[in-house]
Amino acid sequence: MRRNLPTVRSSQITPEPVYRGRRECLKALGIGAIALATGCESGAAPDAVAGKAADEPTQGKVLPIAERGKYAPADPMTRYKDVTGYNNFYEFGSGKGDPAQTSSAFHAHPWSVEIAGHAEVTGRFSLEDLLKPHPLEERVYRMRCVEGWSMVIPWAGVGLGDVLKRFKPTSNAKFVALTTVNRPAEMPGMRSALLDWPYREGLRIDEAMHPLALLAVGLYGHELPNQNGAPLRLVVPWKYGFKGVKSIVKIEFVEAQPATTWNELAPEEYGFYANVNPDVDHPRWSQKTERRIAGGGFNVFGNRTPTLPFNGYSDQVASLYAGMDLRRNF
Amino acid sequence: MKVFRDRIAAVKPLLFAACVMPLAWLIWDALHDGLGADPVAALEHRSGDWALRLLLVTLAITPLRRLAGRAELVRFRRMLGMFAFFYACVHLAIYVFVDLGAYWSVLFADVVKRPYITVGFAAWLLLIPLAVTSTRGMMRRLGRHWQRLHRLVYVIALLAVLHFLWLVKADQREPLLYLAIFGALMLLRVKSVRELGVRWGTSYS
Repeated sequence: MRRNLPTVRSSQITPEPVYRGRRECLKALGIGAIALATGCESGAAPDAVAGKAADEPTQGKVLPIAERGKYAPADPMTRYKDVTGYNNFYEFGSGKGDPAQTSSAFHAHPWSVEIAGHAEVTGRFSLEDLLKPHPLEERVYRMRCVEGWSMVIPWAGVGLGDVLKRFKPTSNAKFVALTTVNRPAEMPGMRSALLDWPYREGLRIDEAMHPLALLAVGLYGHELPNQNGAPLRLVVPWKYGFKGVKSIVKIEFVEAQPATTWNELAPEEYGFYANVNPDVDHPRWSQKTERRIAGGGFNVFGNRTPTLPFNGYSDQVASLYAGMDLRRNF
Repeated sequence: MKVFRDRIAAVKPLLFAACVMPLAWLIWDALHDGLGADPVAALEHRSGDWALRLLLVTLAITPLRRLAGRAELVRFRRMLGMFAFFYACVHLAIYVFVDLGAYWSVLFADVVKRPYITVGFAAWLLLIPLAVTSTRGMMRRLGRHWQRLHRLVYVIALLAVLHFLWLVKADQREPLLYLAIFGALMLLRVKSVRELGVRWGTSYS
């Protein structure tokens, strides 16, 4: 037994073929989008995602998902093999195919996370203890990479804020700093000094407490593969993908804005906030549109789609930045 | 009866076939879902890679002639240069028609605002007069101006390398390798080094 997750009766878990069949059925009836629009909750239409169904996952333990459907977009999802075969995780190499190729020697279990800084409860906690009180949720989020491509990914995880609150951050906790594991022996990309290892990211405390911010442990209902940040990673869907620090070993409550890896490397290109914003271009390329990686087969035309402010999550998060100049605080 | 005039003429069809291979391979992968998660990016990168590689191979002909003592290698140069131009055209066409697609008008803003696109587009534009004047007739008509015009290829290759260098996010090793190859090919053209090369060539022949 590697992970001690909340007990969910096996009868509560929808078997994969059943939920897949349900999705096909919804698709056939064309009611996926309608179910969403009418605010149909998790029990009734757990996978009510319009468009193409995805490939079968091929690896990892099946996770007991307690709740589905919150915030799900109408966009078709990205295939499992694309989510897991094409991503940035420089610790495993700088090519987007590298992580899938070079991460097999990585040991994601056992795992523990150090909680430090301005909080009443600090110390080192096993992943199991960290997650135990929280039922797992599936959240289908858009993921916009700062490079100009995007995916739609069904993550499994728990609210970051819910986890953080248990450690009772004090009033000095203005920011949260998160750090990736530092294991060059298992992560061949770390042997070159491309980035200042270990990878560090951070959020303002109100961003971290926002219900959209997710600590993910899985995707497509299965445990995270190594290349996607196993066993624990951050997902902040309204920010560029590089904010989503992977294989987290440390979470620290801090008073000052923490130094973050890409921001330190090129501060004029990668801001601390890194909110998805079509009106603020990367100095070297436009951020007005993105290439959506979704669906399958020979599908090269018409993938380009406009990029939305806050990646389409304005209604939920724009108020966090009221009164801020987003051109300066990019 | 001899089919080919000489060895160079016999190798030319093989070289042509070799230069077509990257395109054939690209089309094969496109038709067999072999371009990965982001097929448009794969099409762009691979066509661009081959344009740059063939440009550098073209630039390698002159130093190779001297080092190998085989002046006749120059007869491969036009074909290699034309294929470099061909892959540059494929690369640009994929960017404009497949990647930008309905947003093709963004190209004009990109060319002005994005340095990596500015230099890439400039490299393609500068290749046009070279491709147009690559025929035997044009060589004769332009006379000594022909060579002066075709020295533009040094600028073009540098622009092409910069185009690559300026678009990568952090890992510059691959574009820097191309820059080093370009630098080496330029150095081999410097007189003193050239003489050194010739001396080596003669002492070992």
